Parts: sequence; structure tokens; C-alpha cells
Amino acid sequence: MLSRTADHMYWMSRYIERAESLARLVDAHYRMSLLPHSGETLAHSLSSTMSALQMEEAYKKRHEVIEPRAVFEFVSLDRDYSGSIFSCLRAARENARAVRGALTSELWETLNSTWLEVRSIATRRSSRPDIGEFVEWVKERSHLTRGVTVGTMMRDEAFHFTRIGTFLERADSTARILTAHQNDLIPGADAGVVPDPYEWSVLLRALSAFEIYRRVYRDVITPFKVAQLLILRDNMPRSLLRCCKEVYQNLKSVANEQSAETERRAGEMHAMLHFTRMEEIAAVGLPRFLEQFLARLRDLGDRIASDFLLPPAEA
Amino acid sequence: MYLSDDAARPHYLRYAQWLEHQPAERLAQKRAEADALFHRVGITFAVYGQEEGAERLIPFDIVPRVLPREEWIRLEGGLKQRVRALNAFIHDIYHDQQILNAGVIPAEQVLCNSQYRPEMQGVDVPGGIYAHIAGIDIVRDDAGEFLVLEDNLRVPSGVSYMLENRKMMMRLFPELFSEHRVAPVDHYPDVLLDNLRSVAPTGVADPTVVLLTAGAHNSAYFEHAFLAQQMGIELVEGQDLFVRDEAVFMRTTQGPQRVDVIYRRIDDDFLDPLVFRPESMLGVPGLLTAYRAGRITIANAIGTGVADDKSIYPYVPEMIRFYLGQSPIIGNVHTWMLRRKEDKDYVLAHLPELVIKEVHGAGGYGMLIGPAATKAEIAIFRKQIIATPERYIAQPTLALSTCPTFAEKGIAPRHIDLRPFVLSGRDVTIVPGGLTRVALRAGSLVVNSSQGGGTKDTWVLET
Repeated sequence: MLSRTADHMYWMSRYIERAESLARLVDAHYRMSLLPHSGETLAHSLSSTMSALQMEEAYKKRHEVIEPRAVFEFVSLDRDYSGSIFSCLRAARENARAVRGALTSELWETLNSTWLEVRSIATRRSSRPDIGEFVEWVKERSHLTRGVTVGTMMRDEAFHFTRIGTFLERADSTARILTAHQNDLIPGADAGVVPDPYEWSVLLRALSAFEIYRRVYRDVITPFKVAQLLILRDNMPRSLLRCCKEVYQNLKSVANEQSAETERRAGEMHAMLHFTRMEEIAAVGLPRFLEQFLARLRDLGDRIASDFLLPPAEA
Repeated sequence: MYLSDDAARPHYLRYAQWLEHQPAERLAQKRAEADALFHRVGITFAVYGQEEGAERLIPFDIVPRVLPREEWIRLEGGLKQRVRALNAFIHDIYHDQQILNAGVIPAEQVLCNSQYRPEMQGVDVPGGIYAHIAGIDIVRDDAGEFLVLEDNLRVPSGVSYMLENRKMMMRLFPELFSEHRVAPVDHYPDVLLDNLRSVAPTGVADPTVVLLTAGAHNSAYFEHAFLAQQMGIELVEGQDLFVRDEAVFMRTTQGPQRVDVIYRRIDDDFLDPLVFRPESMLGVPGLLTAYRAGRITIANAIGTGVADDKSIYPYVPEMIRFYLGQSPIIGNVHTWMLRRKEDKDYVLAHLPELVIKEVHGAGGYGMLIGPAATKAEIAIFRKQIIATPERYIAQPTLALSTCPTFAEKGIAPRHIDLRPFVLSGRDVTIVPGGLTRVALRAGSLVVNSSQGGGTKDTWVLET
């Protein structure tokens, strides 16, 4: 397939996944804001999350203090901020439009109507959905997009590139959310003690891991187990291990003459997570581990781009 | 659709009866449904110079235009004849120039035309075909006679609307199609692909065809993406292609892949920055070298514009006689060529009755419609005609045929034209029908979508 087509497919699915991740974060914090006495924890969690997602600077240009409603509005529907859900849905649709002939009609129409709807929500003065309804809707559109992708697309290169985009983005998002909470997650320090149940629920809900945690551990929530679940658990759909496994497998399916090294590095990341124990991560320190992980993920993204998506002129 | 005494013409009878029984609310609801569907599917055109992502619908009218079988057969014969002659003409002027030597067309009219491409002189193209896809604009005068208004031989567009309008009609009013035997059109992409493959460079057994677009911001992008998808071929931009050793390749995730036929939807001027406009970012450097070496087919060929220029149009009936030895089945609209003194004198004396067109204009721009023009507008054109008469032609204001159309105040007659798409490859084929464009403003004769035109489904009846 055309490199440019692969590039648009890859970014289309990255942006949809990013919109979903943001919607989950807003959703988790929004729920927290509805609880009594959550003020300080909420402000702390919002602030560290925005910092991990590198949103602070753009936000500070618009508002002086971190105020939950303003943050929700900014992350959800700010039309001028390129990192908002609104902008992600627009970017997903623009990428899709550039290759609409390579998508199934159902997939294109799903992305197009998502964009038409969010545009209408953002320009509406009255009868806007409340923030909870809005993020619920974004999640549903993301589920729908993924479902239509899996349900209608041929299992060819185009499909694998959309999957690579989805899982690279998801790994990135999980790692950043973990980074935002890394101080509470340092395992071993005080294992078994729950610093703030609200904050845990935000973290787990933002990654759709609350119910899974209960099923897996049938136990009180401890930092050690939370980190283990989100980093090393193979059957947890948003864990780092799971995402890296998906990236690696899809990458193998599209291998070309120059991609051997990229494939090796993806395999190495997968193997590292597969064979590491939580105790070893604790020994390195979670912040350092996450920092290294994000750097390797970035490297992988760059290598995929140069091997497949944007080959040099006389390729 | 109706005869003068309000009785429906025979081939509209059934439709008129059906229409009579449709409650106004149902029709209004169907129109709204059509708009919503077109938006969701993204059947839109980009509007230049507006905020990013501004896309508009081309208004779709739910009343179809109906052509009886015998009229279509005559039209089809005339169109095939015309396009054969036009292809023969383009081949001739880039080779022996017999028609110029015979004095049928003045040589300077062709050779000094800005659309004439000296780079094409002596270049052989597969099958001698230049205009693989031709959109011929047909109108009907008050005597009911079909006439050719314009030939479009460069990158004619609109066929996607022909296909989508049919799909929409079948979705909105399936019952109409069980009552009428409407000739199908949806095999157009298959015929197009078959034609494109048939003109691949000699020796290529399984040719790779691509569609070259200017990109997602081009106003006809929807059509490009649509046709590429329907044909199952890659939709490429200039940056996706490169030329090496006089052959064209596309950049794919598995390395370079050879391309044999380019169905291009960008103008000559932008195709190869090494030969034409150097600042063009849309084209492929070196493409013309590969083309002249016979390693790639470009459809339509480079240099077809000289044959659809308004200054050449008056000679097409002569071409048909010259190359085919036949008399034209469909005539031209009478045209005065202002480069001729006697034509100029006549036109200057009758400006308020005539339509004046710039010979290189397109899209309904650079045009004066005498009966609708103000005195000041006429005065401006008069001055321009006197200064550079060779830049203009004039035609009578046609009493274009009308078709009932949904207007603000219910159904009313509006002027229409018809663009059938003529495909040339191994043979010349036309999918029965075409794009009917309609001037939505009362009394307006301009059907271009850029100036308030809409479209209709076009039915050719099988019985």
C-alpha cells in the first residue's frame, strides 16, 4: 500500500485512541468532582495529570488557576487547543478523509459523523450535553470506530497499521497516566496502605481497570498490585505489556526489507515486559522505569515512520 | 416534462401520476433525508477561501430527468461519433496536421493556442486515444433538438454525482424503480477501469492503474476518492510518485512499485514541474520524459485542451466530416467567431440578445448573458470585444429546455443541461445517462455548481 495511506491510517487510529484516553481521564476526574470532600485530591490529580500530558502550558495561557470545570471544558471542547478531544476527533477525520478511498464506507461514515456531531456540540450555545454525557459519548464513538474497523476491514497492511497506531497510542497514554501517579505508586515503600481511595479509583477508572482489579486480586487496592496490573499483566487490555505485544505482532505482519531493526526493538520491549517482575521495576524506581519506557516508545514510533510511512525520496 | 397544455409528455406520464399522489410533507421529508445522507457520506465539495473544513453540498433535486429510449439511442450515436472525431483530430494535429494542411481549420488557430502542447508533437499514445474520458455538455433548444454546448476533454468531472444521485433516488423512492425500467449506471467504474487498463503501454500484461489527485483540499476530491475506491486502485498525490530510469513508481510500505497508467485529475500545467509550471507541487518531476518514452499512459493525454477550446469548438462538425466522412448526428449551437469581421459586426449590433463567452473561460466565468445583463456590463464587454475580438465567441441565448424542480415555492420549471460521459479505450462506450445539472434560480441559464446550480438523477428508460 502507499506509504502516505499507511501514514494517514496510523494517525487516524492514534487520534481516535487519544480522544478516548482523554475522555476517560475527564470522566474519572469528573466523577471525583461529584464526591464530597474531594477538593484537594482532585486538584492534585488534575494538576499532575495535565503535567504528564504536557497540557499545562496551553491551559495556563487561558486560565490562571486549575479549576475542574475549566479543565474539563479545555480538554474536551477547546477548538483552538490541538490536544483537546475536539481537535483529536477533527484530526482523525481529516486523516480519514485524505484516504477515504482506502477505508470501508462504514468506517469513513463513522468517523465523519463523529466529527459532524462534535462540531455541532462545540458550536451549540444552549442544550449542550453535560460533561459526563459528553465523555460517555466520546467513549462510545471510539468503541464504535474500533468495532467497525475490526468488523469491516480486510486483514491487510492497512488494518495492521491502524492497529499499530491504536496500541502505540494506548501504551503512551497508560504510561503517562502512571507517570502522573508515580509518587503514590512506588511499590514496597508502604505496601498494603491505601493513601487515598479516591485517587486510586480515578487511576483505575481512567484505564478501565477498576472492575478488572477486583476480579484479578479480590483484595484491597495496593500500589504494588495496581502497578503490576497496569504494567505487567498480559490479559489486561490497557497494560503496557499487552499494548507492546499487539504492536509487535502487527509489526511482524507488515515487515519490509528495511524494518528488521524496528521489529527487533519492538520484540525486545515486549520481551522485557514479559519477563520482568515487579520487584525489579521497584529496584530501578518507577519514575525512571516509566521515563525509559516512554523514550523507547518514542524511538519505536520514529522508526516506524521512517521505515514505512515516510520513506526518503529515492526509496 | 410537460407539454404546453400541462399534459405530461408520454415518457413522464407514470412519474407525473406518482408525483400527483405524493403529499408535500413526504417530499419535504425525503429532501431533508437526502441532505442528511449526503453530509454523512461526505459527498461534498470544498469551498476555496473559507474556514478550514468548510464543505458544501451540491444541491440535489429529487425530481428526476427522464429520457425515452429512442432519444437516448440517437444521442449515444451522436456522442460516439463526435468523440471519435475529436480523438482523430488531436492525433492529427500532433502528427501530420492534415486538417490544417487541407485548410479546414486555420493553422494559427491551433498552433498558437495556449492549450496546444508542442511537447506532444510526434508522440505516439496507445491506440491513438487522447481523450479517454470526455464529458460532452448537451442542451436542448426550443424545437426539442439536442445540441452540443461544450466539449470537456481535459479532466471532466461530475460522474460521481451521476452515480450517487442514482443511489440516493433508489434509497429514497424504491417504488419508482419497480414502476419504471431505468437503465442502470453503476457499472461505470468497471467500464472505466477496463478502458484504462486497455490503454496501458504495450507489453504490460497486468497493468497497475492509479488515480492522481491534487489532494483532499481540491474541490473535486470526493469524486477522486470515490472513483479510486470503486475501481479498487490507489489514489495517489504527486508526492507519492517518482520517476526513475524513465519509469514511474509509487512509494509503498513495501518499497517502490511500478505504475503503468495514470488517470490524472490535475491539469496539464501541474503534471511535471520540470516541463510545465516549475512551482507546481502537485506533479511528478520527470513524468513527461517517461511519457514520451512510452513507459506510462496518462489519461487524458497531455494536450487535449486544444480540442475543447471554445475557439476550436465551431469546427467540430467539420472534423466529423473530415475524419469520418459522416455528417454530424448532433449539431453545435450556432456560434459566431468574433475574429471574423462579419461575425463581429453582427454581434456588436446584437449584444443584448446574445451570450458572449471568452474562448479560454470555463465554469461559467468570463461570460455575458445579454438578456440578463445591465447596460454597464454590456458596455464593458463591447469595449473588450473591440480591443481583442479573437478572445470571444458569441451564441444565441437558447431557450434551454426545462424540467420540474423543487423550488422554494413548490415544484416549478428550471433550466437544465446534460453531461454524458464518453469513454474511449478498446471501443467507445457510454453508460446510459449522465449528469443533469439544473439552474436553481428562476430564469437562470447558468447550471454550474459554483454559481447556484444543482443536480438531478437522469433516467434513460429501457422501454
